[in-house]
Amino acid sequence: MTSTIAVVGASLAGLSAARALRDQSYDGRIVVIGDEVHAPYDRPPLSKDFLAGTASLEDIALGAPDDEDLGLEWRLGTTAVGLEHLSRSVQLSDGSEVRADGVVLATGARARRLPGSEGLDGVHVLRSLDDAVALREDLAAAGRLVVIGAGFIGAEVAATARKLGLEVTVVETQPVPLAGPLGADMGAVCAGLHADHGTRLLTGTGVARLVGTGRVEAVELTDGTRLSADVVVVGIGATPNIEWLAHSGVALGNGVLTDARGATNTPGVVAVGDCAAAWSAAAERHVRIEHWTNALEQPATAVATLVGAGGPVPTPVPYFWSDQYGARIQFAGSRREGDVARVVEGSCDDRSFLVVYERDGQPVAVLGMNQPRLFTRWRRQLRAAVPTAS
Amino acid sequence: MIPVCPTTALPPGEATRVEADEPIAVFNVDGEFYAIDDTCTHQDASLADGWLDGCAVECPLHASCFDLRTGKVSGPPAKTPVRTHRVVVQDGMVYVQAGTTAEDVA
Ligand code: FES
Repeated sequence: MTSTIAVVGASLAGLSAARALRDQSYDGRIVVIGDEVHAPYDRPPLSKDFLAGTASLEDIALGAPDDEDLGLEWRLGTTAVGLEHLSRSVQLSDGSEVRADGVVLATGARARRLPGSEGLDGVHVLRSLDDAVALREDLAAAGRLVVIGAGFIGAEVAATARKLGLEVTVVETQPVPLAGPLGADMGAVCAGLHADHGTRLLTGTGVARLVGTGRVEAVELTDGTRLSADVVVVGIGATPNIEWLAHSGVALGNGVLTDARGATNTPGVVAVGDCAAAWSAAAERHVRIEHWTNALEQPATAVATLVGAGGPVPTPVPYFWSDQYGARIQFAGSRREGDVARVVEGSCDDRSFLVVYERDGQPVAVLGMNQPRLFTRWRRQLRAAVPTAS
Repeated sequence: MIPVCPTTALPPGEATRVEADEPIAVFNVDGEFYAIDDTCTHQDASLADGWLDGCAVECPLHASCFDLRTGKVSGPPAKTPVRTHRVVVQDGMVYVQAGTTAEDVA
């Protein structure tokens, strides 16, 4: 009997897992289960070109012509609701089940919502294609946008909305946006793009409540300020989609817990992408990474684990990027509190610079704004410097 | 033919970008010159800013790799190849012939 591998999740991580399986000569049946009805698409443009209306659904489709040859069985528009770990069968929302010899968990994460925002029109999160379409329609008829959360998604939505001609206010509870990933100094520099482009940024203030009946009218802040709003976008992070595994016996924490090769505590089950918290020897804990590059690259290791191919544990250098207000921000490496940021090229005031973060005199991370060439070199150098664990 | 630069201005391992109807990236791989469309077929990135690895360039943004000889893309996220262009070296100058694929000539 031919063997079957079920890939649960049909976004970048799931598709990459399916491609990697074929790449690694797996010739059994591959069933890809996705809760959205859409074929795999790329999420980063949802807050940028797709939201602005300059990229179409076809532009952001992830499927390539060669994917036809993969011979995948798609089960789109069906949500996985349970996993029976002994028989390794995945139960689906339509009552059916997929019995498999191996399972790849790639269910991703979902946008966190603001408590009390349910049922209020004009309040959006941005994670899926349907979210983006709904937000785009709403923005077209709106004049004032309030973005809650000045992280990368929030900043990108703000930038796109400015381009569309809206009046935009961004609210952030932290005193400095992006201080977590970039450190306070560089977070402030990147957040400076808002003021450059006429977006109002309010920091160190929380949201008390959303005002409106039926449709949102204003956002009330904890300091009493009332911001009128036709549309509100909530960009306050994401939660891994792992609740469906609660009774599966698969170990869960802030994500599906895996070792460095993607193996869960359950034989024949691996996890990848935004839903997975993989063991990191460097950090000495499980780390859940929501970066696109991770979703692209991690599955190759995990499916090698699944098909028993082994291989070295990769030590990838985390990488992410953000495009806002025409500025290209790129970051690679791992920054910690206490690392020293040094400008090695350009200047922050010119919005064109390269910053290297150093720990004990050694470069550990690099941040570029509008410096793709130099950034690429530094990123390479970091990659070369990371020792490969065996 | 579009003049690019003197050969001495483009040492091995380096790349440069020339303006044409569509910008073109020119690379020197160990003394051989190659030209391809500069704009990545995935999104808006300049391949001249990418990382040269043998006869391929890795896009600086999302790391799709393009073969400089054929324009073929080796991996996601880009789905379509870039066009290649013929390079001519004459009297110490590098020129590209936009619209003539490197393969047409070979
Ligand atoms: S822009 Fe080149 S791979 Fe995305």
